[in-house]
Formats: sequence, structure tokens, C-alpha cells
Amino acid sequence: MPRKPRLAVFKFASCDGCQLSLLDAEDELLAICDRVEIAHFAEASSDLQPGPYDVALVEGSITTHEDAERIKRVRADSKFLMTIGACATSGGIQSLRNWGQIDEWVQSVYPSPEFIRTLATSTAIADHVLVDFALHGCPINHHQLVDILVALAEGRNPRVPSHSVCLDCKHRGTVCHVVARGIPCLGPVTQSGCGAICPAYDRGCYGCFGPSQPANTASLVSQFRSHGHSTEKLVPLLRSFNAAAPEFQRASEQLVILGPNSEG
Amino acid sequence: MATPISPLFIPKPHLQLLLNELRHRGYSVVGPTVDQEAIVYGEIQSIEQLPQGWTDEQAPGHYRLKRRDDNAWFGFVVGPHSWKKYLFPPKTTLLTAEKTESGWQFIPRSADTTKFALLGVRACELAAMRIQDQVFLNGPYQDPLYRERREHLFVISVNCTQAASTCFCTSMKTGPRCENGFDLALTEIDTGFLCEVGSERGREVLDAFVSLARRASEGSSVASNSNNDCVTANEICFATPEQLKSAENARQQAVDQITRQMETSDLPGLLLSNLDHPRWKEVGERCLSCTNCTMVCPTCFCSSVTEVRDLNMDRVERERTWDSCFNPDFSYLGGSLVRNDTASRYRQWLTHKLDGWHAQFGTSGCVGCGRCITWCPVGIDITEEVAAIREETSP
Repeated sequence: MPRKPRLAVFKFASCDGCQLSLLDAEDELLAICDRVEIAHFAEASSDLQPGPYDVALVEGSITTHEDAERIKRVRADSKFLMTIGACATSGGIQSLRNWGQIDEWVQSVYPSPEFIRTLATSTAIADHVLVDFALHGCPINHHQLVDILVALAEGRNPRVPSHSVCLDCKHRGTVCHVVARGIPCLGPVTQSGCGAICPAYDRGCYGCFGPSQPANTASLVSQFRSHGHSTEKLVPLLRSFNAAAPEFQRASEQLVILGPNSEG
Repeated sequence: MATPISPLFIPKPHLQLLLNELRHRGYSVVGPTVDQEAIVYGEIQSIEQLPQGWTDEQAPGHYRLKRRDDNAWFGFVVGPHSWKKYLFPPKTTLLTAEKTESGWQFIPRSADTTKFALLGVRACELAAMRIQDQVFLNGPYQDPLYRERREHLFVISVNCTQAASTCFCTSMKTGPRCENGFDLALTEIDTGFLCEVGSERGREVLDAFVSLARRASEGSSVASNSNNDCVTANEICFATPEQLKSAENARQQAVDQITRQMETSDLPGLLLSNLDHPRWKEVGERCLSCTNCTMVCPTCFCSSVTEVRDLNMDRVERERTWDSCFNPDFSYLGGSLVRNDTASRYRQWLTHKLDGWHAQFGTSGCVGCGRCITWCPVGIDITEEVAAIREETSP
């Protein structure tokens, strides 16, 4: 029997929710441990073994000089590097700083701003090193994570669909909020993964799983504007957990250029 | 084949007895009901669950549930759901395999004994069922689940008495009149329904229902009338000439309200001979590739089959789920995506639906229900796209 792959989990700027979802996979955890050797996972064990690793799960975005260097070492130590969650994959909610003045933020948030050394931006891991696979979601879906880990151990392709949330709504019989209520819902441009939870509970999709393949945000936003939704409402919708994902970022910046909506 | 008889007049409240009769016969009755601010299809136990006094307002990318001025029970058109979810469910386990000491044991799906009675099937939806019959039953490989459910199916159709702005069944020659493919067909007028019989099974259920209704009225103060010569409006009897005329007028109103058209004289042919038309690129820029049109379409039948294994590797389930030609991964073939842009996926859908479908199944894949127009979040209109390709085609 081949050696079990060595797994490491690394945290950058993040809330820890995504790595916690691995610990939350209580029903599967023992079976996972049969398949992979967890060599470095600070959230789970103080026994942190050095690399090299077969698989690195990277949570969080790059927001400091130190982390910009550390991610390079993680990459060098890891055969297969996978980002987990919106922060690592697209910069996270903290990428809102990309549209502000970092000095102003620091001044207003910290009582002693002189101790803070940070970058002006929050950026995705893929902006710094090569990423082999990106698992979307805020937080990730732990069933998808488990499937990927097993797929890696078995040498098969993981099953992570990249289609829109709409397909899942239709499987559930959820009525489209955009069409039946005129609610701006990001489902048509957001990747599947959550099981279309929000639309099933009377809310539009917030885009937690980031852009789908493809994500025609230009066409959808143009339709939202023709429904009379204001720029003030649409920009924050696009600028949340995946604000800096290219398709969402482009759409929100285009809206800012267009200014207030006169079509309403 | 049932011998034609004059339509019966059924007072509205008696429809409950028909539901009771069907349930008594083991049917799960499904029909239109208000949910999630729309008229959807779900299980119906009581006539109170029908969308009494509700209607729908439809336009490209637009649907609103609205109150009616009257209390019509079927005063709406078609909604976000289609009946295909009962015959071709969104998710099905086709097969299970379990690891045993003597090796893998394959457990086939057990026969499906669910009996559905569909209440409120429109003419375009009857046409959609005929098309899916062609796809799932009349090819070299029959779909067993579809066959089992179809054989047990009881269909009560309802003639449309109004049309939405998105309807174009008259272009596709599928409606609005229900001609065949039903067991019973209803036309709603002010006080009740005119009921036609379309099959022996329909006749049998109707006879049982009429006996039930007469027994019920015997017990009440309303006298039953065995000569079908009704003295009150609360009895089931043959429709009067006035009632027949009201029903005809109501059905004609639907025909008169249809404004949308699709020219079909050059279909098949038009689309497949315009594969490089610039319109594909143009519509590809508006299309979200979100799959909504294919999911709401009552004839779209694409699915994916996946082997899903448990973590201990001792149980595998073969799952079939609805999929779509708008999902890029659906075109994964020979190591790459063969339709890796939205324009090519939209073109695939439309050319198959309106053109290639004829060669494959001997019919168009479109019934003119208008769902793809209403439920496209950006309101792409299939009739407009076909017209644009025709107009700009060089002679």
C-alpha cells in the first residue's frame, strides 16, 4: 500500500472558519486520518512536523510583508497547494481595504497605530504563488473538502462543480428571486457549493462561493440596473466575501464609474 | 378508446370529491398551488390549496403573482415548475453497490410504484410530455423510472382561458386547446368546470366520481337527478348549450390573447445553416450561462451520472442529476471542454431544441410555453433570437 499523503494546514489573514470546517467533519474525520497523515495543523495539534508536505491547505489572504514571504516557503515545502475559502482564493472580506486608504483605516481602528505594519492590500494566494486547486466558499463546504482529500489520496479528479447556484435552486424547486421578486441575487454568477441555501430561505445569493464559470456579471448587473436597483445597493452586494475576485471587482468598479442609477 | 360523450358540468366544490376519488385509488395528486410568491406544482389534498383568485403576470425575465378580480381557480398560465420533475426527477439513485465478504453486490433500483395524478396540465405541457415520451421511451434505450411513472400517470388537463405575453403555443401548434393525451380535461367557467373524457381510465374515474357525488348529494337537501336534467346549479349533469358556449368563449379568450409568435416554416434548417451567424456572439454576451432556461424547460432532458462512494469505500451509489448544456463542464469530452464559451453553448441549446431535435426525435423540442423567456434572469427571448437570425441571414 502506498504511503499516506502528508497533509499540512496553514493560516494567513482569515477567521479560521475554513480550517475549522475540517475539524467539523466529525463523521468523516477518523476515515480521513486513515487516508492522510496530518503532519501540520496548529488548530488541531501542537505537534507541528516540518515539511515537505504532499498537500498544503492554505487559508487566508496576504496582508503583511511577512506573510508575503511565508507563503513562498509554504509553496516550496508543498507538492500540491490548495487554497481553502474566499480569503485565500480571492482576498476575502478584508480586501475592502483595497478601495480605501490604509493609513486612514489603521488610524481609525487601532488605538496605537504606530505598532501596525501592514500592506495596503489584501490579496489572494494565487497573486503570490502558484495554486494547484482553489476551493471556494465562505466558509468552504466540508463535504467538498473531504471529497478532494480522498480524491488526492486516490489519485482521481475531485468533484467540485463550477456551475452557477441557479442549477441547485432548480434542483430544490426554489423559485427564482430575480424573476419573481425583482431581488438582486448573485446566484446566476456565483459558483455552486452551498446547496443554494439563501434563496431557499427567501434571500438572494450573497456570492459566498465566488464567481461561477463563467460569471457574466456585466449582463446581470445591467439587468439589475434596469430593475431600478441603485449603485449604492449593488456595489456592497458585489463587494463582500469575494470583493476582489476579478469578475466581481470589475463589475463593482464599473458600477462606480456609471454612478447613481437613473433607470429606476 | 372511449366513445365521445358530451362534456359534463361539474360544480366547483365537487372537484374535492374527484381529488378524494383519486386519492382513494392510490394516486398522489399534484397540482398548482401558491408558494414562494409563485404558482408552483406540489401535492394537493384539498381544493383550498389551488390558486383560487390568483394569477401570474409574465414578461421576459419577469414574473409576478397577482390577485385576480374574480375567484378563478385556474386563471393563470404556466409557472417556474414543470411536470417533468415527477416523471424525470431532479435527482435519482439508479443503482447501489455494496462491498460484502463475497465481493461487490449490485443492488438495482427497486421498481417505482408511485402513482401520480397531475391536475391542471396545459396543452403545451401535454405536448411536452409527448416529446419526453419520445426521448425516454421510444428510442433504443427506455428509461425504466420514466416508464414506470408514466404508465401509472393520471392526467387531468385544464384548457387555458388566458395567455401570458410569453406564450406562443399557437406558433408551435401545441395549444391552447387540449386535444389528446389526457384522461380528463377541464374547462373552467364561472360556476364550475366542463369535463371531457380522454381515455377509458378517465371514464372509469369519472363514473366513480359521479356516483360518489350523487351519493353525497342524496344525503343532503339537494335532490339528485338521475335523468341528467339538472334543476339546480349544484349538480353534476351534462353541460347545457349556454355552458358549452361559455367554455368555448373562455378558450377563445386564450387564443385571442396570444401575441408572441415564432415562425417555424424554415425550422429545421435555419439555425444549422447559420452556425457562424454574428447573433450567436451577441446573445452570448447577454446570456449568463446560468442554466435557468434548460431547468424550467419542460422538454430539456440532460442529466449527469456520477458514482458517489462513501468514505470507507464499501458502498457506492450511482446518482443521476439534472444537468445542462449551459454548464461548461457538461461539454467535457476527450480531455477538454468542447464548448468553452457561452455563445457556443447558447448555439448548441437553440440549434438542438429547434433544429437538430427534428432529426433526432421527429419533433421540435419547443412547445411554446414561454418558460425560458420568463425565467431567464436577463430576459433573453427565444422567439426574438430566432427572428434575428432569420432577418440578418444573407439570402
